[in-house]
Amino acid sequence: MDEPQTDTGTFEELALPLLARLYNLARWLTQDAGEAEELVQESCMKALRGFGSYRQGTNFSAWIYRIMRNTFLTSRTGLKYSTISLDDEENDVPEPAATGTPESALLASFDQQAIQSALEGLPLHFREVILLCDVEEMSYQAISEALAIPIGTVMSRLSRARRAMRTQLAGAPNSPRPRSASR
Amino acid sequence: MSCELMRQRMDAYVDCELPAAEAAEFEVHLRGCAACANAALEQTRLKLATRAAGRRFTPPAEFRLRMEQSLRPVQPAKPHRLLRWPVAIPVALAACLLLAVLVVTNFQQRRTTYAELTDLHVTTLASANPVDVISEDRHTVKPWFAGRIPFTFNLPELKDTGFELSGGRVVYLQHNSGAQLLYTLRKHRLSVFIFQDAQSWPQWMASTSSELSFHMESWSQDGLRYVIVGDVSDSDIHSLAELLRKAARQ
Repeated sequence: MDEPQTDTGTFEELALPLLARLYNLARWLTQDAGEAEELVQESCMKALRGFGSYRQGTNFSAWIYRIMRNTFLTSRTGLKYSTISLDDEENDVPEPAATGTPESALLASFDQQAIQSALEGLPLHFREVILLCDVEEMSYQAISEALAIPIGTVMSRLSRARRAMRTQLAGAPNSPRPRSASR
Repeated sequence: MSCELMRQRMDAYVDCELPAAEAAEFEVHLRGCAACANAALEQTRLKLATRAAGRRFTPPAEFRLRMEQSLRPVQPAKPHRLLRWPVAIPVALAACLLLAVLVVTNFQQRRTTYAELTDLHVTTLASANPVDVISEDRHTVKPWFAGRIPFTFNLPELKDTGFELSGGRVVYLQHNSGAQLLYTLRKHRLSVFIFQDAQSWPQWMASTSSELSFHMESWSQDGLRYVIVGDVSDSDIHSLAELLRKAARQ
C-alpha cells in the first residue's frame, strides 16, 4: 500500500502542476470544453481564496478536487446530478448479459475508444471514482477525502463501477445509460 | 485463501491497496490457480487501458497561460514608509505608527475583498452561462435561492428605473455562500453581491470605491452586506443601491 501523499508549498507551486489533470477531470465531469474551463477557473479561484484552510502536508490534489467537485455540483450541469440518490446505485449495474461468451474474450477486444465510450456512459458517481482511482491513481484514502465518503463506500462503488464498465464493454443490451445527455 | 475471497479482494489487489502480508498470500494463491490469475490479469489490463483512455483531454495553451497568470502570487505591498523609520522614535510617534499600520492592514484587506468581488464580476461577464437562474422576474429569482444560501433578501421593483434583472447564481467569498444578482442598465451589466455580514469582513470605511475602473458601493443592512460592482457611473450604482435599500426595508 502506498504511503499517504503529503504536499507542502505555496498555492501556485501545488496547483499549477495539477492544471492539466484538473482540466481533464473537469472535461469528464462536464463533457463540455467551455464548461470545463470555467469549472477549473472558478475552482482554482475558490481554492486560492480558501488556501488558508488547507492543512500543509495533506493531500493537495484530493483537497482541490473536492473543491472542484463541489463547484461542479452547484453548477447548472451539476445541479442535475445533485438530486440523484446514491442509495439505489446497486440498481445502476445490470448483471452482464448471459451470452455464454467468456468475459476474457470480450475484454480482449476493447480499444481506447471503447473504453472512453464506456466511461462516458457511466453515471457520474461511477465515472468519477474510476477516474480518480485508475486515471489519477489516487489511493482509496485520497478518494475518500475527495468525495467525502467512507473508504468502504469507495471500494464498493469502485467494484460496481468496474462491473458496469465490463458490462458496457461487453455490449450488453441492458447496459446502463448515462444520466444526462452528453454534449 | 479461497477463490471466492480472492474475487472479493481483487480490486484492492490490483489497486495496490492490500496490506503487504495479504498481498503476499494473494500472490501465492495466484501462482496455483489459473482462474484467479486470469481474472487478475484481466482486471489489470482493464485498469491500464482505462488509465490510458482516461487521459484524454489537454487544456488549450491559451487557457493554460491564462490560468498561470491568474494564479501568479500577488507581490506583497511595500511596507508603509513609517515602518522604515529609525527604531528610536519618540513614544508618541510609536502610537501613531501602530495606528497607521492598522489602517494600512485594513486597507489591504479591503482591497483584497474588492479585488475578489471584481474577479467574480469579471468571471461572470466572461462566462457563457453567467447566471444559474435566468429571469427578469424578481419573484422567480428570489425563491430560487431558497435552500441554496443561509439567508433571504428582498429585490426591488424596477419598472421605469432603467434597470433590468437578468438572473442570479450562488457564489462563495471567504468560505461564505452568497447571492450574485446580475442587472443590466443601458447594455452595461452590474453585479449585486449579498452576503451575511460578519466580523471577518473588513471594516468598510468607505461606502464607495473603484477597482480596475469598476465602481462599487457597499453597505450593511439588517445583517446583510451588499456590494454593487459595475462599469457605470457612481450615480447609477447609487440609484440601484437606493432601490435595494428601499426593498430591504419593506
